[in-house]
Amino acid sequence: MPVSDFQVVIGLEVHAQLLTRSKIFCGCSTEFGGEPNSHVCPVCLGLPGVLPWLNQKVVEMAVRTGLALGCRIRDRSVFARKNYFYPDLPKGYQTSQYEAPICEGGEVEVTVGGAERRIRLTRIHMEEDAGKNVHDVSPDGASGVDLNRAGVPLLEIVSEPDLRSIDEAVEYLKTLRAILMYLGVNDGNLQEGSFRCDANVSVMRKGADRYGTRCEIKNMNSFRFLRQAVEYEVRRQVGLVEDGKQVVQETRLFDPDRGETRSMRSKEEAHDYRYFPEPDLPPVLVPPELVARVRAELPELPRARAARYQGDLGLSAYDAALLVSERAVAEFFDAALAAYGSGPEAAKRLANWMNGEVARLANERGEAPSAWKLTPARLAEILRLLDAQTIGGPGAKAVLEEVFATGAEPGEVVRAKGLAQVSDTGAIEAAVDAVLAASAAEVERYRAGNKKLMGFFVGQVMKATKGKGNPAVVNALLKKKLGE
Amino acid sequence: MALSLEQVRRIADLARLRLSADEERTFAVQLSAILEHVRQLEELDVTGVPPMTHALAGGEAPELRVDADRPCLSPAEALAAAPAREGTCFKVPRIIE
Repeated sequence: MPVSDFQVVIGLEVHAQLLTRSKIFCGCSTEFGGEPNSHVCPVCLGLPGVLPWLNQKVVEMAVRTGLALGCRIRDRSVFARKNYFYPDLPKGYQTSQYEAPICEGGEVEVTVGGAERRIRLTRIHMEEDAGKNVHDVSPDGASGVDLNRAGVPLLEIVSEPDLRSIDEAVEYLKTLRAILMYLGVNDGNLQEGSFRCDANVSVMRKGADRYGTRCEIKNMNSFRFLRQAVEYEVRRQVGLVEDGKQVVQETRLFDPDRGETRSMRSKEEAHDYRYFPEPDLPPVLVPPELVARVRAELPELPRARAARYQGDLGLSAYDAALLVSERAVAEFFDAALAAYGSGPEAAKRLANWMNGEVARLANERGEAPSAWKLTPARLAEILRLLDAQTIGGPGAKAVLEEVFATGAEPGEVVRAKGLAQVSDTGAIEAAVDAVLAASAAEVERYRAGNKKLMGFFVGQVMKATKGKGNPAVVNALLKKKLGE
Repeated sequence: MALSLEQVRRIADLARLRLSADEERTFAVQLSAILEHVRQLEELDVTGVPPMTHALAGGEAPELRVDADRPCLSPAEALAAAPAREGTCFKVPRIIE
């Protein structure tokens, strides 16, 4: 029986590191990296006799996220201890939330293959991150533990098992990541582990009314790995079912080198976490005033922005999606449009440059919008120089590249590099004459009916004028000289 | 409400404790006595009483910490009581994942 006879069922648990300055229960810095154990104190080391003190920003960011995703915000939520032993967990328990998480319900709207899907959320809760185990630090094979990350605040965002394909799972993650970044609560960095996900995967025969047994897959720190891991896991589970075997509920680790998932026995025996309410922390109270204030401050979210770009500015769904995928890019676009013009034509022209040349340069240089030397005003200026035919298309690209690299004034770059377009008929006429004189054979064939050669002549003249000839003038002169 | 030896072993296992057969029997009796004592609470009618998770469960929101970082320990101070270290890491037996 082929894989296509089976329905995939996926639920995702996302752990998103909150962009606070200090940890969730102490004043240690949350900065990534640093010398091992240089961002620690008695609280996050789990030394005896200390008390945690909840970071107010963590609560606010949890509420912001919950409101943006349509969750119910509990006015009273409770921290709990999740008890297990692991070297990166100094206290022997993780302070998390269990029975009364701060947010419940909610949903993420995703577009997959043109279809709209609503993926329901189960809950969002606040918790602390664990430390980091460092392997192969010691010649005797021992491991090391770095507790800099211990106590860094996380939101755990749990979806219902609503995802029905790998494409949906990837799209859900991308959408959620973009929303968290728009909200300013997460930096979206999968490599550094500040946005990570575990997947609960099961398969069932199409039409079956009960879910199959699920496995939890860990350690997927890129969208590509998520895809590989889930694809592998689906094939593995379908294979088991076809052979009349049982899928065993377990935690599996994705191995990116082999592209496989394998059983993680170390986590198996520890699944009895014996949660109980954290006696060291009072319940978290969220007054209605806080909810109202956070709601009033919510930014425009990616989908609303994309809808505005399509509706008000007439951009294509494709252009709009590219622009809104990152908040800083969308804000750059808005500012550049304000400086450049209004109406669908200006928006379309600007979107083409943003999604084309600007995106290409940003990728090439590996620069986030915050590091761009190009400003919205300068991009608008380049487009105005192009509209005024002061520079041609190739010239505009050259100016953009220079402004992107140095932050110089576009007008200055045009002067310094001599990029101004030549519209002076006399100068172009000289170039046209020279080209036609040197291409007698082509001129003959053109006159004999091979009109496609016009492109060749234009190219030659542009070459002779170093790309600065005004194309309209060049075309008109060529046609005149060739006797049309 | 007597705990079985099996339950005592399970609890000891979760707590990473190795108990002798004698200790298992001793703790089965003692833990059962503790549970029996706490079970008296079940005699109370608590209909309509919300569960209390903390002494500060009243209506006033306790003050939360302002999000500012303050100086941490130095790695040397953090590791001062560590039984073993490697560089500035706590050294632990090899972890296999």
